[in-house]
Order: sequence, then C-alpha cells, then structure tokens
Amino acid sequence: MLRFIVRRLLITIPTILVVITLTWGLIKLAPGNFYSGERPLSAAVENNIREKYGLDKPWYQQYGKTMWSIIGRLDFGTSLRYEGQSVNSIIRRSLPVSATIGILAYALALVVGITVGSIAALKQNSKWDYASMAVAMLGISVPNFVLGPILVLIFSLTLYWVPPSRWNGFPSRNLILPVLTLSVVYMAYIARLTRAGMLEVLGSDYIRTARAKGLSEKDVVIRHALRGGLMPVISYTGPALAFLLTGTVVVERIFALPGLGNYFIQASLNRDEPLIIGIVAFIAITLLLMNLLVDIAYAFLDPRVRYQ
Amino acid sequence: MTTEKKTEPDELIHIPPEMAIAEADVRSEEAGEFVRGSSLWRDAWRRLLKNKLAVFGLVFVIIITVASIVGPTLIKRTFGFTPDYIPSHDLRLTKSFPPFTGPDGEFSWAHPMGTDNAGRDQLARVLQGGQISLFVGIIATLVSLLIGVTYGAIAGYFGGRLDDVMMRIVDVLYSLPYIILVIVLLSMFRSQTPRGQLILLFVALGSVSWLTMARIVRGQVLSLKNQEFVLAARATGVSGPRIIFRHLVPNTLGPVIVYATLTIPQIMLTEAFLSFLGFGVQAPLASWGSLATEGIANISVFPWQLICPGVTMALTLFSLNFLGDGLRDALDPQMRTV
Amino acid sequence: MFHPANPVKMTLLNKMTTTNGNLLEVKNLRTYFDTEDGIVKAVDDISFQLKRGETLGIVGESGSGKSVTNLSIIRLIPDPPGKIVSGEVIFKDNDLLLLSNEAIRKIRGRRIAMIFQDPMTSLNPFMKISRQLMEMTQLHLGHTKAQAYEHAIRMLETVGIPDARARADSYPHEFSGGMRQRVMIAMALSCEPELLIADEPTTALDVTIQAQILELIKTLKRETGTSVILITHDLGVVAGMTDHVIVMYAGKIFEQARTAELFSRPGNPYTKGLLRSVPDPIAEQGKLYQIPGQPPDVAHLKPGCPFAPRCDHVQEICHREFPPFVQLNADHYSLCHFAREVFAESGNPQISQIGSV
Repeated sequence: MLRFIVRRLLITIPTILVVITLTWGLIKLAPGNFYSGERPLSAAVENNIREKYGLDKPWYQQYGKTMWSIIGRLDFGTSLRYEGQSVNSIIRRSLPVSATIGILAYALALVVGITVGSIAALKQNSKWDYASMAVAMLGISVPNFVLGPILVLIFSLTLYWVPPSRWNGFPSRNLILPVLTLSVVYMAYIARLTRAGMLEVLGSDYIRTARAKGLSEKDVVIRHALRGGLMPVISYTGPALAFLLTGTVVVERIFALPGLGNYFIQASLNRDEPLIIGIVAFIAITLLLMNLLVDIAYAFLDPRVRYQ
Repeated sequence: MTTEKKTEPDELIHIPPEMAIAEADVRSEEAGEFVRGSSLWRDAWRRLLKNKLAVFGLVFVIIITVASIVGPTLIKRTFGFTPDYIPSHDLRLTKSFPPFTGPDGEFSWAHPMGTDNAGRDQLARVLQGGQISLFVGIIATLVSLLIGVTYGAIAGYFGGRLDDVMMRIVDVLYSLPYIILVIVLLSMFRSQTPRGQLILLFVALGSVSWLTMARIVRGQVLSLKNQEFVLAARATGVSGPRIIFRHLVPNTLGPVIVYATLTIPQIMLTEAFLSFLGFGVQAPLASWGSLATEGIANISVFPWQLICPGVTMALTLFSLNFLGDGLRDALDPQMRTV
Repeated sequence: MFHPANPVKMTLLNKMTTTNGNLLEVKNLRTYFDTEDGIVKAVDDISFQLKRGETLGIVGESGSGKSVTNLSIIRLIPDPPGKIVSGEVIFKDNDLLLLSNEAIRKIRGRRIAMIFQDPMTSLNPFMKISRQLMEMTQLHLGHTKAQAYEHAIRMLETVGIPDARARADSYPHEFSGGMRQRVMIAMALSCEPELLIADEPTTALDVTIQAQILELIKTLKRETGTSVILITHDLGVVAGMTDHVIVMYAGKIFEQARTAELFSRPGNPYTKGLLRSVPDPIAEQGKLYQIPGQPPDVAHLKPGCPFAPRCDHVQEICHREFPPFVQLNADHYSLCHFAREVFAESGNPQISQIGSV
C-alpha cells in the first residue's frame, strides 16, 4: 500500500509540473500582454513594466523563476490586478468559500442521491423508479447557471424564503441556494450510479445467498448490498471533484460569492498571469491529491483491490 | 424480463434460474447473426423502439434539429421577423413582451416565446441559437471522435509498451482539471472574429473530450484484434493501418455511436457554461448558453428571457441523454457507464 | 465430529414430522416468468415428496426448471418477473407458500438451507468469512458475537478447512474455489437445517475437488440426518448420492424413480438419452452420444410432448397430444405416451438394443 502511495505521488509531481508548464506556456504564447490595454503605451513605460516583471529576460529564465518559486517555496507570486496582494493570500481567503459550498453540496448530493438511487433500484421498474430516474436525467440536463437564477426567482424574489446572494459565512441561510444549485447535478449522477450499482449487486449470487440465509430484506440491503452497490459512487468521487470545481465557478458567479472560481474567472478576464497560474496549480494539486485519496479509500473498502 | 443477458461459455453449465429465461432468447439471436449480418442492428432498433423515453428523445431531437434549421426562415416567411430584426420604427415594440403577448398585453401568436429587450422575437433567436449550440456539439464531438478513435485504435492494435504509455497518458489527462485549462486557453487566445472563436471552441472542446472515447475504442480493439477475421486479414498481407481502419474500427461502431450520442449533450453543456462565463460564442452569433446568460440579467423582470432558451436547451440535452442511454441499452445490454 | 448447535431443540425438531413421514411435499407447483417473449412456464405442475433423511436428486439440462423448483420451495424466485402461480409446498405440515414473509425467513437458513452453484460469486466479497458464518447463528440461534465466532470456527473445522481459526478472518477471494464451497456448506449447516438444498454444488469446481465436496456432503448428511435435495445436470453425481431421482425437462417431471431403478430400468426416452450420454469408459472408444437438438424454448411450447422433436421414439401422437404421467412401478413414474414400452425395453437388454438402433 505504502509503495502504491509513493509511486502515485511520484507520478503526481510531474503531472503538476506539466499542468503549470502548460498554463504558463498558453499565457506566454498568447498574443498581446497583460499591460496592453485599451490605450497604447509609450515605449519607455512599456520598458519599465517589462523590467519590473522580468519580461525582458529570455523565456527560459522567466520559466525557471516561476517554477522555482512555485515548486521550491510554494509561492505563487503577486497578483497584477489586486495590487500588493500575494496570490497565496488570495487563495487562502477564497478557498474556504469554495470549499464550504463544494463540501456541503457534495454531502447533500451523497445523502439524497444514494437514498433515491437505492429506492429506485429496490423498486426497479416501478413508477417511483421511472419518475426518479427521469428527474435525475433532468437534473443532469439543466445547466446550473439556468437552474440557479430560476431558484432565485422562485425562492428569493417570489416567495421571499431565502436571501438571493452574497457571502455571509457559515452557517448561513445564504448558503441554501448556492449549495442546492451546485448539488443538483451530483445528486442526479449519484442517484443514477447508485441505482445501477445496486441493481448489479442485488442481482448477484451473494445477495441470493444472503436471502437464503433468512436475513430480512432490510439487512440484506444494508449489510450485504449497499457496500458493493456504492463502489461506483466511490470511484465517481474522483471525477466529481473535477466537475465540482467548474460547478463552483458558475455558482460563485451567479451568487456573487468571493470564492476561488470567481477569482479565477476575474483573473482570466483580466489576464492576471500569476493569479491564473497560482489558481490552476492549486486546483491541479488538490485534484490529484484527492484522486489519490479516493483510490486509497477504494482499496480499503474493497478487500479484493490490493495495490502494489 | 431480466436486466442482464449472459451467454454461458459452456452449454452444459448450469444457468441460474433468473437467466434461464433469457437463454433461449440469446441463443436465437446468436443463431440469427450468422444468417444475416444486419440482425444486430435490426434487433437493436427493435429494442430501442420499445424504450419509450429513448423514442421520446429521438423524436424531440429530430424536431428540435429540423426546427433549428428551417425555423428561422419559416418565421421570417410567416411573421417577417429575423432573429435580429429590431422594430425600431415603433418605440412601443422595442421592449420585452411575455410569451404570446402583443404590445397591449393581449394574446398574440406573433411571439410564442416573447421578445427580448430590443423587441427581437425570442423564438427566432432561440431556434437560431439552437443551430449554433447543436453545431458546436456535433462538430466538437466529431473532433473528439477523430482523436479518440485514432488514439484508442492505435493503442489497442499495437499493444505492448506503446499501449502502456498511451494509456498512462490518458490516465494522467483524466485527472487534470481540463475545463480550467480550456478557460485559460479561450481567455488567452480570444479570437477577434466570431467565426474564429467558434473554431477555437471546436478545437478546445473536442480536444478535451476524447479520453473516454479512446478508452472505449482501445478496449474494443483489444478484444477484436485476435479474432479470426483480423488474423485472416493479417495473414493475407493487409497493412496495419488498413486493418485498423477497415477491419477493426468499423466493428467498434456500436459503443462509439452510443458514446458519441452522450458526448454531444456533454459538449453542449460545456459550451453553455463557457458562454455563461463569457468565453463562448461571440455576438452577433448566439447559442442557447449565451441567450440564457443574457436572460439572467433580467431574471426578476422578464424571466422568460432566461426560461425560454434555458428550457429548450435542457429539453434537448434531456432528450439526447435519454437517446444515448436507450442506444446503449439497445446495442449492448452489458455495457454500463453513467 | 459435528457439533449440534442446540441439542435439546434438535431432538424436539426431529420428532416432529409430517403425519405420513414426509419432510417435504411439493404439490402441483407452477412457477411462471413473465418476459417480453411471453409467459415462460419454468416450472409447470410439479409434485414430489421427500422423506426425512433421504436424498433426492433432481436432474435436467439447463433451463429445465430444476433450480426454479427449488428456489420456489423457499420462495426466492425474483418477483418480478417470476411468480409462483399455484401449488403447495408442505414442509412439516406448513404450506410454505402461505407463510408470511417473516415466517418464511425463519425457515430459510434455519430449517431449509441452500448451497449454490458458484462458490466464487455466492459469498459476499466484501465480508470476512467469519462474519458471513456468524450471521447465521446470530440470526437464528440468538448467539452472541463470541458464541457465533466459536461456532463459525467449529463449522469451518467440520467442513475440513485447515487451520480454521487462522483463516476465519480472511475474505472470500483469499480462498480457492473448493475451499469456498466448503465455507458455503459450513454456512448452510450452521443451524442444523432439516433440509439442505444443494444447487449444482460441484459444477463450477475441478473434477478432483468435486469428489471431495460430494464426499463431504455425504458424510455430513450421514452424521446429522439432514435430508438433501441435490440438483445437478450430471447423472454421474446422482448415482452415488441419492435415494430417489427426478428427471426434469421443459418445466415438467419426465421421470421419477428410485435411483437404482432409474439407472437400471429407465422408463422414458429422455432419461435413456441422458444415460447414454454419460461417458462409459468400458464401451467402444471415441463415440460420445449426445441427444440431438436443443432444449425447447419454454416460452413457445407447442402442443404435444416437449421432447418430441428430439426423441428417437417419436410417433405421430407425440406431436399432437401431451403425454400422460404413467405409473410403471411402485415409486416409478414416466411422462411419455410409450412409457410402458420404453420401460419394457429397458428391462430387456435385447429389445433395448434393437429399439435404439
């Protein structure tokens, strides 16, 4: 197991380097510059800026400097737009916002998705099964930036149940709509995965054995079926994290939340190069580590899986 | 009917009761395949037609595609509105009307989806947006098909170390936050022309959506490449690439069609997402995503501006997803992905 | 060697038998499956009895309904699509088909236990062997965890798992196929059931392991007095293990007899075909008999005898009329228009040879 973790980490590090290099390369290859705005600058001013940000140096020196400060010191540099703020401090400030929404949304999705999916599997081909799976498909098909404003329209602007937006810490009623908006897609996916996984397991020989033992249907499901039936959900958690990131971007923009995603879009629109690289690198690292965690969890949950 | 059908390797081996029923069925299908090659597709089609939701999906996809193509012209012929016709001669008309409503609040067939802030007909705009959205979805899927099928077929056919390396690369790419990279790409290389932006979108979306396709094709090719017909082709001196593209790839068609059907809504969703963030198609072109995004601004006053394109898009994606699911069940009851 | 779980209760139970000495009586059982293809009569009007302490063999090709029969007895037919349409399953004076779900669960595992075909998939891969065994006695005998654990280890020793205490906490995938089937048997016998249903217990195993497992079942049966129903497609297995044999085809009982008589004097052309297809090492080499054709599609049975298309005794009447269930001898019945002729033939080797040419 330990060897597996070490080996995975050894693959993870070059992957992160590739991501950062790719992002850096895209930015450097792109036409124009962050300072080339609406008005053309005088040559002197431009030279000053280039010198200040080290742009006058050859590309490999710039690359080396960026990589060294990221890898060696975990320092992503200073934002170009948010004067004087380090990228690290922006990430530190915005991460809790995104993480809160993301974790709550995924937790909600797990609870609802597993429940709905299990019931659908247990009552396969019933009205409930068809209805819940159709709703799940709808959940997958409605873009969350359409869903979010519609929820706001219904629950905030018409029914006045919850406030429409703004970050107000945790816990707060302001979280309800963003979390719900973000959660719907995952609920839908998890419900479908759970249903498929449970159906597969419920049809398997060992469940027939469990029934032949005289266990009650409840025990058969909870003790014997659930574990195997939920394995697909565990595997899905890896990719889900990646989607969750894009989801938070949308939700943070709809509900004007100061999260990582919102900063990332701002940085992309403003061409705030250190902030872009910083957030991309941070996201890549998080994602890869989470994927590793999911794989480790998988090995613990399925005794047949042994990594070497 | 049992959900799974398994063919037992050995006739004599006991078949569990829940499969015993399917057994006769499977056998007759197998026998049929030897007689007529098209039987697989005919059976799949028959199974698809039994799936009500898939049939609904198919019908709706056809309707929305046809409507997107001929709709704007038809509306122009009947009502005289083009998607960007602004009734600037009459100030009473240059504002947003609710669906089925005329300038004085009376019922009217003129604008079934209402109008936008400038008084443009929403239905015409949504149908034209459909052209763009479907176009992006289909072309980007074709790009991903091209890359994925080639990559997967090569890895599967040559196998060995090359396969190891190629699949390891896919594994690594899988764990990347590709959508983030797409945003970086699109924001950095923002094209000056709408047409250029569209091409950029195809490339960006297509080049990140081929991973699963490559895996599927590789798996299929791996299992096919040692079958008699390939060995026969190789024995008669057919070249490698020819075997891959003439003999192996056509036989992976089923799963590829299924997955392509499921990729189209995925890409349309991603395009909408990018449009929402401001990285998608540029004006004057409009997709469902960009129309809905425009609508968000006026959500509290003119909710139909969001709801009309949003719901049309959701229904289309819903239909495509159900169609893809239905195709999967029809073509290969064993294949299970979500 | 065998450790009774609860001696007092056991003796009490053993005294309680049905009035006519039968442990189990299946009467006119019909189990149908509702499929896209139509109604599949997987089991169609089957009746048989099992005396206490006896072993009954049920033989047939796949799809003949032998497994469905036995799953129907403990009501484990997946519903939908399956449904027990009619019949009675009298187990010790109770009709199992009329019991509440709660009551039938107290029978399952406790009084009627099952062993399934594929030991590789029949054990829960996510659960330790010990826990899977403990579940039985905790559920039915009210064992505490510690008691159940000790009992589980004794059971594993009983079925010949070497070093049982050390291996009890393994997961199923760490055991070989034969060992897993031993675990299945240990589990099935944990609560000393009165009836053990073994559904092709050796089909998925290597030939050498098959013999060991059959021997184990035989030994345990002798020691505990458990009645056994042995389902198999292999007549060879039935010969050494059973007292009675039922031959099933297309959801019907085609022949039923004492084992010795069935082998020496079969009264049904299908049974004869099955017997001929058992490889005989002494007979001429290189020629393996096979019943021609395929088992019928049970969803679309034609009127007449379902075996007619494959039968070497077939006459015009066989395609037209469903055959009668003919009594040939005490305890010997055959479903055939020409049962008596076939029976007579088998009794006389001379005729038999002429007849089958």
